[in-house]
Amino acid sequence: MAAVSHDNRGLRLAARYAALILVAIIFIFPLLFMAMSSLKPDQQLLNDTNSLRAFLPVGDISFQNYWDAFDRAPIGVFVLNSVLITGATVLLTLFVCSLAAFSFVFLDWKGKEVIFSILLATLIIPYETIFIPLLLMASQLPWIGTEGLEIGWLNTYRVQIIPFIADGLSIFLFVQYFRDLPRELIEASRVEGASWWMIYRKVVMPLSGPVIATAAILKFLFMYNQYLWPLMVVQEEAIRPVMVGLGYFTDQLNVPWGEVMAYLTVITVPVLAFYLSLQRVFIASVASTGVKG
Amino acid sequence: MTRNMTLAAICVAGLAAPAAAQTELSLWYHGAGSANAEEALVNQLVEEFNASQSDWQVVIETFPQLAYNDAVGAAALAGELPDILDVDGPVMPNWAWAGYMQPLGIDEATLEDYLPGTIGRWNGEVYSVGLWDAAVAMTTRRSTLEAYGIRVPTLDAPWTGDEFTEALMTIRDSGDFEYPLDLGMAWRGEWYPYAFSPLLQSFGGDIIDRSTYQSAEGVLNGDAAIAFGEWWQMLFQENLAPGTSQDAADRDAGLLNGTYAISWNGNWAALPVVEAFGDDALFLPAPDFGNGSVIGGASWQFGVSATSENPDGARAFIEFALQDRWFSAFSDGTGLIPPTASAAADTANYAAGGALEVFYGLSEAQALVRPVTPGYIVQALIFENALADIANGADVLDALDAAVDEIGADIEANDGYGH
Repeated sequence: MAAVSHDNRGLRLAARYAALILVAIIFIFPLLFMAMSSLKPDQQLLNDTNSLRAFLPVGDISFQNYWDAFDRAPIGVFVLNSVLITGATVLLTLFVCSLAAFSFVFLDWKGKEVIFSILLATLIIPYETIFIPLLLMASQLPWIGTEGLEIGWLNTYRVQIIPFIADGLSIFLFVQYFRDLPRELIEASRVEGASWWMIYRKVVMPLSGPVIATAAILKFLFMYNQYLWPLMVVQEEAIRPVMVGLGYFTDQLNVPWGEVMAYLTVITVPVLAFYLSLQRVFIASVASTGVKG
Repeated sequence: MTRNMTLAAICVAGLAAPAAAQTELSLWYHGAGSANAEEALVNQLVEEFNASQSDWQVVIETFPQLAYNDAVGAAALAGELPDILDVDGPVMPNWAWAGYMQPLGIDEATLEDYLPGTIGRWNGEVYSVGLWDAAVAMTTRRSTLEAYGIRVPTLDAPWTGDEFTEALMTIRDSGDFEYPLDLGMAWRGEWYPYAFSPLLQSFGGDIIDRSTYQSAEGVLNGDAAIAFGEWWQMLFQENLAPGTSQDAADRDAGLLNGTYAISWNGNWAALPVVEAFGDDALFLPAPDFGNGSVIGGASWQFGVSATSENPDGARAFIEFALQDRWFSAFSDGTGLIPPTASAAADTANYAAGGALEVFYGLSEAQALVRPVTPGYIVQALIFENALADIANGADVLDALDAAVDEIGADIEANDGYGH
């Protein structure tokens, strides 16, 4: 009887691993296809799509597509721009949105429920629908820079960063998380004479790793994948981000697929690095959200 | 003290003078990342213009082609258009109508000898001029036609529609090729209206009624258009050509590796064919389906933006570019067709006896610009979808009627597009 139970447990474990491996394969294969294809000439790449060879480093393998891709477009500039724009936006978002959420959850002020409801309502508005009025505004906004007062934000880094700092989703995530923090901690801190700023900095934020990771990853992906907005507001090549750079590899008729795959592989590296660095807290956040749900 | 300040001001002004002498002109160009000589030649053109005079300094900004039109639209909205615009010929009327561009204002007499597709006209005025044009041809091998006893057509005596269809069936029945004809169905986008609307026009139809530009009724769903649609669908049903699922790699290499016998392709793809087949390569005129052989015309051109504060400078740059030496240089570098016969004579490929000489003749004799209307950019998309649907088996009349209705609704929504 004990042996049967042991066998069942072993079978269940094997089935579980088999399922997990299958899921892992489904998720990994597109990345594998991209990386392997980036090493092959176009003709071979297209021919290999009909078989498992597409996922293997076989045939005429070289880094030629990478050299050609770097020749075709200033990839380093695009990646640096995206990392800078995305990094700055993520940091500022975490700061501004967590502060806003802190205010919604812990401070008492008139009308905060109404304001929070309005904020939630913005979640259903796709960014693309407000791009045109946003573009018109951005083209007329003042800025005090090194050359004094300037009118118009187009063709700058700031126009790619500032409009995306505050967003309803990030505030909502922080609010939900802050609501589940023990109120006793906050009240004890107040009794001890801590200021609200100190409570935010020393009590709330150190306890908010999972939601910080979640908000950061979501914002990172949104910003890193930006295409339409930078296309509309940036004309100078020197400040273009990676997704607009993808256009350098297509014209009306021909697509150099090997170079496209090489470019995609290069620009995927920062995303993977960022995700892997926050993976543990992100999973903890998702898991804890599941428990609450 | 005052005298010192005055002296200092004079010194500063003196130092600043050379930098301020040339007024900056912005130029937007669509070819970022193009892996051919075109971008380098545009840069060389700008450098030589800047060095040739002391009034203007052109500064170029390049964009990826697929993003270019959207970037221009956004810039127009924000009031940030450059001085000089690079514009695709069939798109130009839309930009002129939308107020993005102003008439070029150059002496039209200087354009008399240009290929028609290189001049962009809207409402009777020239808005843009191109340094090159493109042409398509039925590309094949003399040995292939001879093997199946098919006549080699000429500009004066192209294949008739029936003759062409019979030739395709003969080749198909031989079983020597996967398909007798490659239309380039893998190339979605502007290729469809550019390459296929001339076939419709040869049947007697069109994308839009060019007498009014207010409706497609009767031209896109009339008897001629239906005959075209049925012939078009038959090509795929009878396995005469690969359909919309065609592999892009086969489109690029299918003629060269023997997958297809005949390829409907542009002069930009002609040099590899010449290199592969030598004297055996043939570039043939479009079949005549009853209303003459027709191919599409117009490629990228230069124009002046409506908001340019220095149209004189923009015009000076474009006039500088309109020289035979530049036409020849672009043609030699890119393989595209120079706009004048005199420039063609100085090129490696289009001079008498050159490998691509035939394309100049095709462009001169058969090119028809796409509908000159601001609504073309929408109509092209609708036409493309209709052709894809018909190729995929949709009812011909239903598909064409739907396209006509959609085109009509768009024209109405835009108050007739200024015609």
